[in-house]
Amino acid sequence: MRLPVPASTVPGSTVPASTVPASTVAGWLGLPEALHAEWTKTRTMPSTGWLLLAAIALTVAVGAAAAAATGCPSGAVCRVDPAKVSLTGIDLGQAVVAIVAVLAIGNEYSTGMIRITLSAMPRRTVVLAAKAVILTGLALAAGTIAVLASVLAGRLILAGHGFTPAHGYELLSPDSPSVLRAAAGSVLYLALIALLSLGVATAVRDSAVAIGIVLGLLYLFPIVANVVGNAHWHRHLEQIGPMTAGLAIQATTDLSSLPISPWAGLGVLAAWSAAALLAGGLALGLRDA
Amino acid sequence: MTAGTVSPYRPDQQTGRDGFVQLLRAEWTKFRTVRGWVIGLVVAVLVMLGLGLFGAGGSSGSCQSTSGGPSRSGQGCFTAPPVGPGGEAVSDSFYFVRQPLSGNGSITVRVTSLTGLVPSGNGPVLGTQPGLVPWAKAGIIIKESTQPGSAYAAMIVTAGHGVRMQDNFTGDTAGQPGAVTASDPRWLRLTRSGDTITGYDSADGTHWTQVGTVALAGLPPAVQAGLFAASPAYQAITQNLGGGEHGTIAPSQDTAVFDHVSLSGTWPAGAWTGDYIGAAYGSGIGGYHQVGGRFTVTGSGDIAPAVPGQAGGEDLTVTVFLVGTFAGLIAVIVVATMFITAEYRRGLIRTTLTASPRRGRVLAAKAIVVGSAAFAAALAGAAAAVIFGTQLARGRVYVFPVPWLTELRMIIGTAALVAVAAVLALAVGIIVRRSAAAVTLVIVAIVVPYLLGVVSVLPAGAADWVLRITPAAAFAVQQAIPQYAQVTALYSPGVGGGGYFPLAPWAGLAVLCGWAAIAVALALVLLRRRDA
Repeated sequence: MRLPVPASTVPGSTVPASTVPASTVAGWLGLPEALHAEWTKTRTMPSTGWLLLAAIALTVAVGAAAAAATGCPSGAVCRVDPAKVSLTGIDLGQAVVAIVAVLAIGNEYSTGMIRITLSAMPRRTVVLAAKAVILTGLALAAGTIAVLASVLAGRLILAGHGFTPAHGYELLSPDSPSVLRAAAGSVLYLALIALLSLGVATAVRDSAVAIGIVLGLLYLFPIVANVVGNAHWHRHLEQIGPMTAGLAIQATTDLSSLPISPWAGLGVLAAWSAAALLAGGLALGLRDA
Repeated sequence: MTAGTVSPYRPDQQTGRDGFVQLLRAEWTKFRTVRGWVIGLVVAVLVMLGLGLFGAGGSSGSCQSTSGGPSRSGQGCFTAPPVGPGGEAVSDSFYFVRQPLSGNGSITVRVTSLTGLVPSGNGPVLGTQPGLVPWAKAGIIIKESTQPGSAYAAMIVTAGHGVRMQDNFTGDTAGQPGAVTASDPRWLRLTRSGDTITGYDSADGTHWTQVGTVALAGLPPAVQAGLFAASPAYQAITQNLGGGEHGTIAPSQDTAVFDHVSLSGTWPAGAWTGDYIGAAYGSGIGGYHQVGGRFTVTGSGDIAPAVPGQAGGEDLTVTVFLVGTFAGLIAVIVVATMFITAEYRRGLIRTTLTASPRRGRVLAAKAIVVGSAAFAAALAGAAAAVIFGTQLARGRVYVFPVPWLTELRMIIGTAALVAVAAVLALAVGIIVRRSAAAVTLVIVAIVVPYLLGVVSVLPAGAADWVLRITPAAAFAVQQAIPQYAQVTALYSPGVGGGGYFPLAPWAGLAVLCGWAAIAVALALVLLRRRDA
C-alpha cells in the first residue's frame, strides 16, 4: 500500500521514537499538555473547520429535505415519526464527522508527523486519549448545532405539511422527553461515530482504507439486513450493526417495533467504538510508528 | 521563409499509440505491484460472494407452513407458482366454465354486468363490502389445457381498464374503454384458426372491432374454451413515513353475467363444466349457475405474471444474491481512489507527469487500468454470487425464475457498475487529491441515496426521484423482474417490494456513467490547469 519514499522526504525519520527520553511527567499528568498540542494541531488545520461546517450543513439540509418530502395524502393513515424524519440528515452527516476523525490520525501517518508527535509525547495511550477527547468535543459541539437546527427545521416544515396537533400529530418540542432523548442521543451518536473512526484509523494507519472500513461498517448492516428475508436474522443484524442499533435512539413513536431499545442501541454503538479504540490503542502501542 | 521550419523534438520510440501502450503498461505495473491494492480487489470478490451467500442463506430459514397450501416434494414448505409459456412465474387461478373445442371455431358472448366484493377491514379474509379491484376481470378464454401455466388467449372486461385482449400472461392489448353496465354491455368474440387466435369486441353485437391477433405456437387440436372470472387480491398500501410502506393483501372476488353465448366449430361435449383452475395457488373461491342462456360466473384469483413482494417475504429474486455489491464497491472505491491519491501523497505524480507530459493520456491510462481491474473483479464476484447463491437457495426458498439473458445482464451490469464507480473514484481522487475526502464522497454519493431510497426512510415519491438522479440509479441493472402494467403490486425498490427501480436497467447505469463523465471532464481540466 506504500509506494517507495525517499528517506529524505520523511521528517523525523532519523529519530527513532525509542531513543527519545521518556517524559519526566508521570502517569496521566501528560494529558493536559497532550490535549493542548492536539487542540493546536486540530485547530490550525483549515480542513477541520470546513469539514465540521459541511457536517452541520449536510445534516440540516438532508433532514429538511426529508421533512419537506414527507406528506400524508388526505384521508390516509400515516404513521410518522417527526423526530426521526427531521434527524434523517445524521445518516449523511456522520460520514463527514468520520472524515474529521479519520484525518485526525490518518494525516499524521500520511505526512510522517506521527513520528514527531510520538517523539514529543512518547506515551502513546495519552496521545490517543488526547485525540479522542478533542474529537469528542468537536463532534459534540458540531452535533449539537446540527441537531438543534434539524429539529427546528423539522418542526417548522412538518407543521407546514399538516403534521399538527389538530390532525393528531405531536409537534416536535424539546419538552417531550422522547424528543429530547432523540436529539441528545443523536449528538452522542455523532461523538461515538467519531471515536469509532479514530479507533479504526489508528489501527489501519491509512485514511482511505480507514474511511472505507468505517463507512462499510455503518452502511452495510442496514443494506444487508434489508435483503435478508428471515425476520430473525434481520432483527439480529439490526441489533448488532453500529448504525442500525445506534440510530434506534432517534425513534419517538412505535418503540415496540424497534429491533433494540433506544439506549441499548446506543450502547451497542459505544461497544463498537470501545472495541475500535482498544484495537487502535493496542496497535499504536505495539507497532513502530 | 521557405524551408527550415523546426519541428518539435519527438523521439521515435515514443510517438503515437506506442507511447500509450507503454503508458498503459506502466500504470498496470504500478497497480499490480502494490500488494494492498491487489488484496483490496481480492477482498472485493470475496465479500461479494460471501454476502451474496449470506443473503441467500439468511432468507431460507423463515419457512413456516402457515399458508395451508400443499407442500411439494423436494421444494421445502413453499408453494412454487406455476411457470408460464415464456418461462416466467405466473398466477393462474380463476373460475372456468368450459367445454372442449376441437379444431377451429369461435365463441361469442355478451357481458352485461361485472360486480364484486372487496375486504372491508385490514385482514386476510374475504370481505363483504361491494366493490372491485381495478384488474378484476371476466370474459372468454381459449386455453391449451386446465393445467395452470398453460398457454391461453382471452378477451376480457375489467373493472378499471376497459376491454382487454390478453395472452400467455404477459401479452395485454387494450380494446374499448369504459366499464360494463346493463345499459352499456360489451360483446366479446374469440376465433381460433390453427395456432392463431383473434379477439374482437363490440358494443352492440353487430359492429365488431378486431382488438388483436396472437399466435400460440404448438396449440394442440383440442383445447378448453369458455367463460371465466378472476379477481386479483385486494391490496391496501399504508405509507409508514420514516419507516417504509406496508401492504395488506386479502382476496377479493368478482361476479360477471353473460348471455347471448354462441359457439361455432366442433364442441364435442355439448355441455358446460365449471371448475376452479389452480386451486393450489389461489383462494378457491368461485362458482357459476346457468338460467336458460344466462350465465352468472363468480371467481377469484388472477391470470397474470406473478411478481415478487406479494407473498410476504417467502420468495426472493436473484437480486438478493448481489447484495455483496455494496461491500465490493466500497473496497474497489478505496483502491481506485488510492491509485491516484497515493501518487499525490508520495509525490510520484511528478515522476509520472515528467515521463508522460500529456496529462489527458495519463488520466485515460489510469482509468482504463483501474476500470478493467474493477470490472474483472466484480464480474468474478457477481457471477460466483449468483451461481452459488442459486445453488444454496434451491429447494429452501422460492427464487423467481428469470431468463438467462436477464441473469447475464444483471451480472455484467453489476461489473459495469463497479467499473464505472472505480473510474468515478479515480476522477474524484484527482479533483480533491485527498484520499479520505475522495473515498467518502464517492461512497456517500452511491450508497447513501440507495440507503435513503431503498431501505425505506424516504416516502415513495421522494425515493423515486432519489433513485432517478443520483448515482444509485445504477442499481437498476440488478432488477430481476420487470414491472407489469396489468398487475397491481407495491413495485417499490426495497427487496420486500420486489426490487423495482424507477428507471430501466441500462438507463439507470447511464445515470452513473453521466456522473462519471462529468467527474472525468472536471478532473481533466483540473489536472491540466493545476501544478502537480
